[in-house]
Amino acid sequence: MSTTILRHRRGLGLGLVAWLAGILFFLPIAWMALTSFHSEADAATNPPSFAASLTLDGYREFFGTGGGASPWPALINSTVASLVSTLCVLLLALPAAYALSIRPVKKWTDVLFFFLSTKMLPAVAGLLPVYLFAKNAGMLDNIWLLVILYTSMNLPIAVWMMQSFLAEVPVAVIEAAQIDGARLPTILARVVAPIALPGIAATALICFIFSWNELLFARVLTGVVAETAPVFLTGFITSQGLFLAKVCAASLVISLPVLAAGFAAQDKLVQGLSLGAVK
Amino acid sequence: MTATTTAPLATTPVRTVKQPSARLRAWAARGPLLPALVFMIVVTQLPFVATLVISFFDWNSLYPKARRFTGVDNYRQVLTDADLRHSVWTTVLLTVAVVLASLVLGLALALLLDRRFRGRGVVRTLLIAPFLVVPVAAALLWKHVLYNPEYGLFNGLLHYVGGPQPDWISNTPLLAVEASLVWQWTPFMMLILLAGLQSRDQQQIEAARVDGASDWQIFRHLTLPHLRRYLELGALLGSIYIVQNFDAVFTITSGGLGTANLPYTVYQTFYQAHENGLASAAGVLVVIGSIIITTFALRVVSSLFREEASRA
Repeated sequence: MSTTILRHRRGLGLGLVAWLAGILFFLPIAWMALTSFHSEADAATNPPSFAASLTLDGYREFFGTGGGASPWPALINSTVASLVSTLCVLLLALPAAYALSIRPVKKWTDVLFFFLSTKMLPAVAGLLPVYLFAKNAGMLDNIWLLVILYTSMNLPIAVWMMQSFLAEVPVAVIEAAQIDGARLPTILARVVAPIALPGIAATALICFIFSWNELLFARVLTGVVAETAPVFLTGFITSQGLFLAKVCAASLVISLPVLAAGFAAQDKLVQGLSLGAVK
Repeated sequence: MTATTTAPLATTPVRTVKQPSARLRAWAARGPLLPALVFMIVVTQLPFVATLVISFFDWNSLYPKARRFTGVDNYRQVLTDADLRHSVWTTVLLTVAVVLASLVLGLALALLLDRRFRGRGVVRTLLIAPFLVVPVAAALLWKHVLYNPEYGLFNGLLHYVGGPQPDWISNTPLLAVEASLVWQWTPFMMLILLAGLQSRDQQQIEAARVDGASDWQIFRHLTLPHLRRYLELGALLGSIYIVQNFDAVFTITSGGLGTANLPYTVYQTFYQAHENGLASAAGVLVVIGSIIITTFALRVVSSLFREEASRA
């Protein structure tokens, strides 16, 4: 009896430790959110003013009503680059994954590993030729160049993830449908899609996150016209007097799509980040 | 789990095509694959070839007429230049420190989360959040809101206990960058290790417990060996991503105070110093470094891949 009570008590203790760890890790984000609603004067006090009155000034400043540069062009650029590149990734990855799982070509594992190996080579090594190409082709500061690059960055991840999702579709079901006389489009729509759709959605969310976060290429290849949200954020690297609330508001607003997409894809996040190696 | 169960490699019916139109059919099967494959080769492989070629030229884009072939001179310069050599060292230090620290923390958190307790889902969500902050935003958060010596949260909290008021970034610049990265990458490691923990054989653990094994013995002899592959995978994926890190170094220290890693140095060499040849040589060295990591990574991924596939 006493050992079970002891174990129970220790279980409670460890649960408490877990809660503490969760709160500790979340604290910087909570503090960022709170600070974004403080006035600049209250945001920069030492000791920190936890109970200062709340205001939307930080957000007003960020959205440019205070006279600074408006973040809207950058936010729109990021949205376009992320959404269009994700769409391109899906269009290229879906047929490829089909040819690697449901109707596998010979040596399909080799092809799969080729895709993976491109992801493991550091992007920075290809940066200069891409820059020189863009400069000569007149594509510097052009959002469509980023769309192409982000598509190539995310394609390996998407092929790997979708291969593993499509592989879950039982071959027997597909064959049964074929025997019943169903043609390929029908099979894809009626049999494959319902099973694979949640996985495809998660893949899309993860590709969206990576595109939205990207800084290095966007920083080098874009200027005033095509700058993305992370590039806009680099404007806050050097201090500008009292600007903490504005920084926090900006960081939070620009992180919101990623936080939303990440929580939506939570269950499949591991699988995507480990390139499908872990389920 | 073991090789005795049939792997899908074997179960997927290899559609042996023996009809006269076999070649046509083989191409029809490859067809859906080709757009993706061609796209990847053009966009990711050609630039690497170009980088390799440029790395053998003395080429400053401010003096385009002085461009000439110099053989391995750039490599000699990269390997002997004190700053560049230092950036190689910084890259290694940064990667190893961040990967190890986030693995250890991630393991601890995964073990905590592997148990049932009230609000487990909420805690999991709280723990994932740092990974879902845009990297530049996270770096800005640490730089201005937490580290700032005058009004940062760290010194604000130290103020309450009458502690010192250090200038975190100036005193320990590399550690400052590392801490912010550990904060972002621990959730990643936790997720991978948690997946590993939840794929353990529960019956085996129950059996060991009935036989009187202590928690520590179960962890040491059952859990840890099972987790080995997941630990390797986390370490390798983490290394691949963190070797390439640019955002945190760029934002928190702008490569100053001895924190410039290779990606930042490559960026600076060509974007600010316009030394195309040198930047390419440094880039090629980054590639060689990652190929070494990648060789191991591919092996781990493929072994996990087979194991997962055979379990399914």
